[in-house]
Amino acid sequence: MISAATIERTAEALMAKAAIEIPEDYLTGLRACAETEKGELSAFVIQAMLENYDAAKEDRRAMCGDTGVPRWYVKYGNEARVEGGPVALEAALRRATATATHDVPLRPNRVHPLWRTDHDNNVGINAPEIDYAFHPDGEWIDLTTVHKGGLFGTDYRMLFPGDGIAGIKRFYLDALVAFGKRGLACQPAIVGVGLGGSKDACMVLGKQASCLRIVGSRNPDPKIAALELELKALGNSIGMGAMGFMGSSMVVDCNIEVGYCHTGGMPMSVHMFCLSSRRASARIHADGRVDYRTDPEWFTSYSRRATVEWDGAPRARAAE
Amino acid sequence: MSGLRKVHLSLPASTEDLRRLQLGDVVYLTGRVFTAREGVYKRAVEEGVALPASPAELGSANFHCSPAARIDDDGTRTIGAVTATASFRFAKWLDGWFALSKCNIIIGKGGMTSADYRSMFVPHAAIYLTTVGYGTGALLGRGIKNVVAAHWIEELGLAQGVWVMDVENFGPFLVESDLDGNSLFERENAKIEPRIAALYEGTKPPTLRRFGETDDRSDEVI
Ligand code: SF4
Repeated sequence: MISAATIERTAEALMAKAAIEIPEDYLTGLRACAETEKGELSAFVIQAMLENYDAAKEDRRAMCGDTGVPRWYVKYGNEARVEGGPVALEAALRRATATATHDVPLRPNRVHPLWRTDHDNNVGINAPEIDYAFHPDGEWIDLTTVHKGGLFGTDYRMLFPGDGIAGIKRFYLDALVAFGKRGLACQPAIVGVGLGGSKDACMVLGKQASCLRIVGSRNPDPKIAALELELKALGNSIGMGAMGFMGSSMVVDCNIEVGYCHTGGMPMSVHMFCLSSRRASARIHADGRVDYRTDPEWFTSYSRRATVEWDGAPRARAAE
Repeated sequence: MSGLRKVHLSLPASTEDLRRLQLGDVVYLTGRVFTAREGVYKRAVEEGVALPASPAELGSANFHCSPAARIDDDGTRTIGAVTATASFRFAKWLDGWFALSKCNIIIGKGGMTSADYRSMFVPHAAIYLTTVGYGTGALLGRGIKNVVAAHWIEELGLAQGVWVMDVENFGPFLVESDLDGNSLFERENAKIEPRIAALYEGTKPPTLRRFGETDDRSDEVI
């Protein structure tokens, strides 16, 4: 049984980690961009960012003053039990979000869309979002918080099969060029592309591809993996670097996630996870142990399951 | 090492100080700066509410920013990190704002258009400094030596209120507009432009278009 108190304590720690510590995979990717960056202004921007990450860690202060909109991803091992059930877990995550907003401090970004009411704690109607996934075995739960910033860098479009790969590339370029100018998207970014699904699922897939997959990970379909690398190279060949200055540092990595869609369509979404690619994860075990990590491990062969039952599923009516 | 020119500027800066700045210079500020964004502009410029302090007390550099900050029950103010928010949305208030606030430096994210600079900044001898990254919030947070005052917090909230800060070697920033109203971003855009057409070769417009890509509402999207 996992105690609600452990969940709340872990969630508070994750909120601070996400806000303060840039994940190692992103940092490695950004350093690789820096090595090949020829644009003087773009190179200067990346250098300043690298110093900024150090300053954040040394001072234990948020890396970016815009601390984004904190949200939660929870994955349950199939055997996990939480004291007080899912309702207690949600209450713990909401409390931890409010507490960390005060303690770190984070910017109280969450307001009512119309009345602009601000509780100064990043909690409100339907906020923070909490998404769930499940895993076939295990008594643990995984908590991941993502603090995605940016009013810019996301777009959705209904493409059609006839638009093909050329259409995908064009929409991808449109999003990068439009939001890359003046660095509105705070690139170099982890670009997530959602392909397929219904419209809402398409947005979710792209968002999760950018926020919940690490730099260097590849889609298990080799042809999609090749397209990821091709789109990454394409983005970096625009001629635009950090802040939209001349250069080559636009895309730290490109992650694509797909979902089956209506036979007539090919919906596509693009998301850019910025210079403050903030995420932090932890696994809470049944005995109360907590392991922190930066890879959410959200996408698995189970989560992407492609058939009626997934390959590893126990057969309910297996032969005796 | 970067060959960009570094300039340390004391605030308030004179017009002569500002004239020496060139597009792309790296600037560090020492002196007084304050935050103000749409909430403040609406209240001061549109609704005519008097500013909560004199221009001398607020300072001459207006930062488009909401800090990651808190005010404890005993009144202690803590600012962790500060990062600018995109400025283009605030252009419509700036002419009135310059007249009221007497600011001559705007610090923000992404700049405005050179048309905005020429029509609003140049007449008030003001320039625009852009933050870098834009995520250098921790570095900027380090430059804040003292939070002098926090105004209009009750009326506008922590994020939209006026935070007055004394800063030292506060930066880095880049000179985005000069006293003639030129824009660094536009200069860079123009350099990138020629490559973009080549990049799009082999792609084709999507089958289904959408409103917004045409402003002619008698058009269809197919
Ligand atoms: S997009 Fe990211 S780096 Fe840029 S201001 Fe927002 S949180 Fe900071």
